[in-house]
Amino acid sequence: MKRTTIRAAAATSVAALILAGCGAGGRDGDSGDGGGGGDAAAEGDTTGITDTTIKIGDHKPLTGVAAPGYSEISTGAQAYYDWVNEAGGIHGRTIEYNVKDDGYNPTNTSKVVDELVLKDEVFAIVGGLGTPTHSAVVDFLNQEEVPDLMVSSGAQLWGNDPEKRPWTFGWQPDYEIEGKIMGQYIKENMPDAKVGLFLQGDELGADGEKGLRMYIDDQIVESVEYASGNTDVGPQISKLKASGADLVIGFNTPSYTALSQLVSMKLGYDPQWMYTNVGSDVNLVGSLLAKFSDGSVKDGSSALDGMMTTEYIPGLDTPDDPWVKLWQEVWDKHGEGELTNYRIFGMSQAYAFVSALQASGEDLTRERIVEVIEKDGANWPGPGLAPFRWSEESHLGMSGMAMSQTKGEDYENLTEVLVTDLGDAEITEGDTAAAEDAPPENGIPDVAVVE
Amino acid sequence: MQLINTILGGLSLGMVYAAFALALVLIWQSTRIVNFAQAPMAMVTTFIALTLIESGMNYWVAFVAALVAGFVLGALVERLIIRYVDHDNHINPVILTLGLFIVLHAVAAVIFGSNFQSFPAPFGLTGFSVGDTTFNLTPTSVFTILIVIAVMALLRLLFLKTDLGLTMRAAAFNQEVARILGVRVNRTLTLGWALASVVGSLSGLLIAAGGLVHPSYMDGVVVYGFVAAVLGGLDSPAGAVVGGLLMGVTLSLVSGYLGSGLVPLAALIVLVVVLLVRPGGLFSTSTERTV
Amino acid sequence: MSALLSSPILRRTLLALVLFVVSVFAIDLLSGFRQGQVASIAYLAIAAGGLTVLTGINGQLSLGHGAFMAVGAYTTALLLGRWENMPLLLLLLISIVVTMAVGAAVGVAAARLHGPYIAGATLALAIAVPALAIHFKDTLGGEPGLRVPTRDVPPLADDALFFLTGTDTGTMQWLATVSVACLIVTFLLLRNLSESRVGRRWRAVRDDPVAAQLAGIDLGRSRVLCFVVSTATAGLAGSLMAMITRIAAPSGFNLVLSLTLLMAVVLGGLGTLTGALIGAVLLSLLPTFVTNFGSGMGLSDLQAAELAPLVLGLTTMAVVLLAPAGLVGSLLRWRQQARLSRS
Repeated sequence: MKRTTIRAAAATSVAALILAGCGAGGRDGDSGDGGGGGDAAAEGDTTGITDTTIKIGDHKPLTGVAAPGYSEISTGAQAYYDWVNEAGGIHGRTIEYNVKDDGYNPTNTSKVVDELVLKDEVFAIVGGLGTPTHSAVVDFLNQEEVPDLMVSSGAQLWGNDPEKRPWTFGWQPDYEIEGKIMGQYIKENMPDAKVGLFLQGDELGADGEKGLRMYIDDQIVESVEYASGNTDVGPQISKLKASGADLVIGFNTPSYTALSQLVSMKLGYDPQWMYTNVGSDVNLVGSLLAKFSDGSVKDGSSALDGMMTTEYIPGLDTPDDPWVKLWQEVWDKHGEGELTNYRIFGMSQAYAFVSALQASGEDLTRERIVEVIEKDGANWPGPGLAPFRWSEESHLGMSGMAMSQTKGEDYENLTEVLVTDLGDAEITEGDTAAAEDAPPENGIPDVAVVE
Repeated sequence: MQLINTILGGLSLGMVYAAFALALVLIWQSTRIVNFAQAPMAMVTTFIALTLIESGMNYWVAFVAALVAGFVLGALVERLIIRYVDHDNHINPVILTLGLFIVLHAVAAVIFGSNFQSFPAPFGLTGFSVGDTTFNLTPTSVFTILIVIAVMALLRLLFLKTDLGLTMRAAAFNQEVARILGVRVNRTLTLGWALASVVGSLSGLLIAAGGLVHPSYMDGVVVYGFVAAVLGGLDSPAGAVVGGLLMGVTLSLVSGYLGSGLVPLAALIVLVVVLLVRPGGLFSTSTERTV
Repeated sequence: MSALLSSPILRRTLLALVLFVVSVFAIDLLSGFRQGQVASIAYLAIAAGGLTVLTGINGQLSLGHGAFMAVGAYTTALLLGRWENMPLLLLLLISIVVTMAVGAAVGVAAARLHGPYIAGATLALAIAVPALAIHFKDTLGGEPGLRVPTRDVPPLADDALFFLTGTDTGTMQWLATVSVACLIVTFLLLRNLSESRVGRRWRAVRDDPVAAQLAGIDLGRSRVLCFVVSTATAGLAGSLMAMITRIAAPSGFNLVLSLTLLMAVVLGGLGTLTGALIGAVLLSLLPTFVTNFGSGMGLSDLQAAELAPLVLGLTTMAVVLLAPAGLVGSLLRWRQQARLSRS
C-alpha cells in the first residue's frame, strides 16, 4: 500500500513539475493579476504588438447549430486583412488574425478566449460573435483590459455602459433599435396586422422584443421562444398558428429561419414573415430550404419571397455599389469560393478595425485604440448606411438601417435609412452622407491620425 | 386541435423511436450488449445517403444504399470489434460502444463536415388538410409509420417462421448449446448485428427526412430510443414498439404543453417509474433479479 | 516517527501535506495560462476520482456524472450571484451538500437498477439536468447560462501564500492552488474510504451481490453511500469549474462531458485513483496536443479539432479490448505477475 501511495505522489509531483517546466521562466505581465494588465505604466499596454505585427484574436462558431453562414464571416475578414497586409500593413505593421471555434457554446468561448488572451497574448479581440457566447467573456476582457472591438452581435450590452465595460465596442445596429424601426414601420404600414414573435431565448430575442413593444405592443398576440441547440420548433410554430398571427417577426439565427419556414410549411401556416438581419440572408436560408423536400421546395428562395428584413450594409443584391465592388476585388484576390453576404460582413467589420488602427498612428497601445474610437470613430467612412454611435457616452455601433423586402433573389428597400437610439429616442431619417460614401481607391481606409 | 396535432406528431416520432429501440433490442437479444453506438452508426449511413443525393442520385436509390451500408457497418462492427470484448465484465462492452460513439462522431465530422445540412423528405411535407384545419400529419409521416410497421412485420416473420430466425434465436438463447447443435454461432451473431443496424439506419433516415442533419442529430434518439427499449423490456421486440410509441406521444405532449426543456426529465421520470415497478420492463418475461 | 509512519492514514496525510506544499511552489512558477490548465486538470481529476470509485470499486455504471457537476456548478453560480463574497469554504461545502442531496435521491433509484438499466437512467439524467437549466431560464440563466463573478484573493490567503512563495498571488493562481488542495484532500479521503471496511463492502457488493447479502451487507445502503460519495466529488468539481471557467451554462455539461469523463477513468484504470488523475491529465492536455499536431500535419482547423475526440475514442476502444484494466491497472497487474514469477 505504501508503495502505491508513494507512486501516486510521484506521479502527481512529476506532472506538476512537467507543467511547471512547460511554463517556466516566471510569470509574464498578464498572468491573471486581479487588476491591471501588465505594464500599465506611462506608455500604455503594448501586448500583442511588435514594430511589424499586430496580433488579434476572434471567436466564431465554426461548427454547430449557428455555423451556417456565421462560419464564413472570418474568411471574409481574413481576406481583407490579407489585402491590407499586401499593401504593407498599417503604419508598417501587418495584421495576424487568429480565429478560434467555440461552436456557439459559451463554455467553449470562455476557454478559447482564455487561450487567446493568456496564452497567445493578442492585442485585441475583434469581432467576437454571439450574444450568449460573448456574454460569457465580456467581463473577463474588461477585467484584463483587452480591447474588445466590433462584437458581432446586436445585444446592447456591448455598448450601453462604457463605465462598466470601457473596453468593449459594438459594431452592428443593436436589436433594440432594429425592433423599434421594424415596429414603427409595421405601425404605419400594417396597423391591423396581428403580430406573433419568434424569439431566441436570450438578448437577441429580448432586446428585439423590447424595441418592438415600444411601437406595436397592442398588436402582438403571441410570443414564443426557442433555445438554440434544440431544433424542434414544432410546438412554437403551432402556438403561433393557433393565435391567428398573420405577421410573424423572428429574432433568430439563420438555421432557425429555415426551421421556422419548414415547420410552417408542414402545418400549412403562411403568415407574412419578418426576420432580423442576422438571420435573413436569402441565399443561405434558401439553400438550406431547397433541399428539404425532394422537389416540393424547388428553389428555396421562392419560399422566402416577400420576407421582410432590415439592411445596414450593402450586399450582393447591389453589385454596383462601390463598397461591394471593393469587396469583390478583395475576395477575388484573396478568397476561396464564392463571395457571400457573410463574407462581406466580415470584410466590413475588418475595414472598421483597420480604420481604428490608422487613426491610432504609430504609437499603438491598447489604451490608444480605445481612445481613438471614442473620439473619432463616429466620423469614419465605411460601408455602413448609418454612422456609428461611438463616443465617450456610448460604445454602441451603427445607428440605423433601412427596411427591405425580398423579391426573388434581390432585396427591395421599403424605407429610407432610418436612424435612432436606445429607449425613447425618436426615429429620424438618416443623413445620407454615411450611405453615400465610397471607399478610397486602394481599398484601405484613409483616416487621419487622431491627436 | 392542438391536442390532436400534438398526438399525431408524437405518433410519427414514436415510430422512429420504436425502430431505434427495435435495433437495440435485436442486439441485446443476440449479444447481451447495449449498442450505444447505434445512433452514430445510423447517422453515418444517413450522411452516406445525403452524399449520394447531393451528387444527383434518386432519393430511393440513396435510401436503399443507406440501408445496405447499415448492414455492412453492423456486420463489420460485430466482426472486427465487438467479438473481442471481454463479456464477463459488464462495463467493458458499454465503454467499447461509447468509444465507438465518439469515434464515429469524429469521423463523420471530418468526412462530411460539421455543418447543419438539410435532408430531403421522400414525400410531401405539407400536412393533410380537411377544409380549414391542417393536421400535423404529412405524407412523409404516414410513410414513416407504414414502413416501420412493415419492417416489424418482416422481422417477426423472419424470427418466428424461418429456419434462419430459429437459428438466431437459438444462438441468442444459449450459445454453447446452439454450437453443439451445429449452429454457426459466430455467423449468426454477425447477422444479428447487421440486421439490427439496418433497422437503426432506417430510423436515422426517417428522422432526417425534412429536417437538418449534422453529426449530433441522432444523439437525442439514443437516450429516448434506449428508454423506449428498456420500457418495453430489452428482451421484447413488441415491447420496443410499444415503448417507442409511448415515449413519442408522452414526450410530444410534454413538449407541447409543458415546455421542451422538460422533455428529458419526463423521459427520465417515466423510465425510473417503470423500472421501479417492473424492473424488467413492461413486457419482460425473464426472471427478475432478486437482489 | 516510525509509529507515525506505520499507520496508513497518517502516512497518507503526511504525504498529502508534502504534496500540497510542493504544488504551491510549482503553481507559483507557472504562467497564468498554465495555472488555468492545472486548475482544469484538478477539477476533472476530482470528478474522475469519484467516478472511478463508483464504477470501479462499487460496480455502478454512471453515464451521467456531468449532470452532478452541473448541480455543483449552478449552486455555486447562484450563491455567488447573490453573495459575491461568500467565504470559499462555505461556498464549496454548500455546493457539495446540495449535490449530495440530489445524488442521494438518484442513488436510491439507481441502487435498484443494474447493468444497462442504470446506464440508461444515468444517460437520461445527463441530458435532463442541462435541459432543466434551459427551461427555468429566469433563475438558471437559460442557454447563455449564469456568469460567475471573479472573486478577489482573500487577504489571509494572499499573505499566507506570499509567506511561502515570496510573490503576490494572482486570481488564477489562487484558484489553481485551491483546486489542487481540494484534489489532494478528495483523493486522500477517497483512498482512506476505499481501503477501509466501507470500501471492502463496496467491493463485495460489486463482485458478488448475493454472497454479500448473505454475509449481512445491506446492498441498498452500501450502493447509495458510494453513489452519494461520488456525487459529492462531482459537485465539488462542478463548483470549482464554475469559478475557473467563470460560467455555468448547459452547454458545458453536455453528454460528451459525461462520456469523456467515463472514458478517461477507463483509460487510466477503473478503480485506481492514479488512473483517474492520469485520465484527467490526458483529457485536458491531449486535445490541444493532438489538434496542434493535426494542424501541423496540414489538416484544416475543423479536421484538426475533430482529431482529438477521434484519438481519444480509438485509444479507449483499444484499451478496452487489449488492456481492460486501463493504463494503471495493467501496470499494476504486470508488476504483480512479474513479482509472482520471480518468487
